[in-house]
Amino acid sequence: MVTVSTTTRSAQELTAQARDVLGVSRLTNSALTSWLHGLPGVDQVGCEGRAAALGTRSIKTTSKAWAIDTAIGMIDLTTLEGADTVGKVRSLCAKALVPDALDPTTPRPAAICVYGDMVATAKAALGDSGIHVAAVATAFPSGRASMPVKLADTRDAVEAGADEIDMVIDRGAFLSGDYLTVFNQIAEVKQACGDTHLKVIMETGELVTYDNVRRASYLSMLAGGDFIKTSTGKVQPAATLPVTLIMLEAVRDWRELTGVQVGVKPAGGIKTTKDAIKYLVMVSEIAGDDWMTPQWFRFGASSLLNDLLLQRQKLATGAYSGADYVTID
Amino acid sequence: MSRLDVRKTYKLYIGGKFPRSESGRSYEIVSAKGEFLANASMGSRKDVRDAVVAARSALSGWSGATPFNRGQVLYRVAEVLEGRRAQFIEEVAAGEGLSTRAAGAAVDAAIDRVVWYAGWTDKIAQVLGNVNPVAGPFFNVSAPEPTGVVGVLAPQGSSLLGLVSVIAPVIASGNTAVVVTSADRPLPAVTLGEVLATSDVPGGVVNIITARTAEVASWLAAHRDVNAIDLTGVAGADGVHWAALEAEAAGNLKRVYRPMVVDGRPVEPDWNADPGLGRIRAFVETKTVWHPKGL
Repeated sequence: MVTVSTTTRSAQELTAQARDVLGVSRLTNSALTSWLHGLPGVDQVGCEGRAAALGTRSIKTTSKAWAIDTAIGMIDLTTLEGADTVGKVRSLCAKALVPDALDPTTPRPAAICVYGDMVATAKAALGDSGIHVAAVATAFPSGRASMPVKLADTRDAVEAGADEIDMVIDRGAFLSGDYLTVFNQIAEVKQACGDTHLKVIMETGELVTYDNVRRASYLSMLAGGDFIKTSTGKVQPAATLPVTLIMLEAVRDWRELTGVQVGVKPAGGIKTTKDAIKYLVMVSEIAGDDWMTPQWFRFGASSLLNDLLLQRQKLATGAYSGADYVTID
Repeated sequence: MSRLDVRKTYKLYIGGKFPRSESGRSYEIVSAKGEFLANASMGSRKDVRDAVVAARSALSGWSGATPFNRGQVLYRVAEVLEGRRAQFIEEVAAGEGLSTRAAGAAVDAAIDRVVWYAGWTDKIAQVLGNVNPVAGPFFNVSAPEPTGVVGVLAPQGSSLLGLVSVIAPVIASGNTAVVVTSADRPLPAVTLGEVLATSDVPGGVVNIITARTAEVASWLAAHRDVNAIDLTGVAGADGVHWAALEAEAAGNLKRVYRPMVVDGRPVEPDWNADPGLGRIRAFVETKTVWHPKGL
């Protein structure tokens, strides 16, 4: 069972805390801009080189077995399709409860991630299993809606029993330099979440530069996000190793700065065990082993679970496994 | 002025591409007289794994193609083989220690074999399928469907005629194949890969791995995403026991095509004999459909 502790924060408290961090008497857009643009720039070549180098580690035998089980436990098993049905969500929940019917020792994923209207269905299907239900909210995936609509979307999911809310930031406002709007929206959604865990989706595929990824990470943490998440999965590129590396650096440095630990969730495009293990290596090397739990690191994925199960079966039986031995979602 | 030799190091053929072995290894191919011919990649279990993935992803397209289309593609393979006739004769003669004349006969027989199977693609259903008489107002139709991904241990001795005689019947009905070549005579298989890559066969339908048979055979036999395995190539291979492979293949109830056994030992069949439908029949599944007779 995953435990996530979240404190209820009002938007005023978050603004007050942000003033302290920035050392300003009034939180204005220009104060935020000079703070965010004062962050050190990202060395693109160095960052990509480091991410690639960490991806070459050879993880075998018992380490691989551990990594596979750890990765399974970190998955937010996701279905976010317009064609989602109650039946589809129930079958996904059944898969989370029994990931591999051939091996009852298989760990369960951390959460099921669905649209807000499917929260009640997922909650009922998961019962008291301890698997969380995460709901995407705030006009996911585009985030193009007015603030009252976004807040209503959030409250709706929270009232339906969601344990975690995945919100999207307003990328249009962020890219046009209106950081205060982004800050206020995150803070208000955080307030609407109450003690529900808030993940902030930055949609790094639309942020264009690594510098922007770093700025969005700091802005999201400043505004009270409990997790920073790369992508919605609806935009290419989604999660990449360099982007996740920058975010892991950000949460590490944020804890140094404020004492508050924030989680990281790469989502979208992570399909193979090999990919997942590269991310785990990076978590350990960049952020540290404090982040190596489902409480602080998650994978947003759907097909990744099946590949992890196939690799797990390969380790258990010694023979390569195939798609006939895992469920189709 | 004398030219420098172009020393060749051949690669594998997986998913329509020519990758090096994941293991980075290669080995020397020598002629029947012991002269150096070329280097070939020495495939590993992970190459087998990658080839099975490629074969699996190619399966829906190839099995979904019309039989007529598969026949056209196979005929195109025969055309390109014909165009490379001289190269094949040279490789077969060197590898099998045959005279140019005997090697030429073997290459011609191989090309004819491909043409023969090309003709069969759209006739398999007529011959192996049936409309069954049933006691009720139903049409009852049995039709053959491809088994799926087929592992093929190609014959060790007959490096071209034997090779096409085991690959063609597998792909004619819509299966995809992962082929482990003759360990000591892989050059015609390598060249066949180049032929397949330039003759409309979709990538992944045939995957060719040059390797020590004993090293990779059991990985292929135990692989749970492989639906059938042809054990012809155990005849003459060192350190491979076909019954042990069949036992491993039972792990996911694979279809197993046993080698011909004479006096308790596997032997290669006479590849010049009429192939018959045995190999096609071995790698199809019969699906029977009941359909109500409406008015």
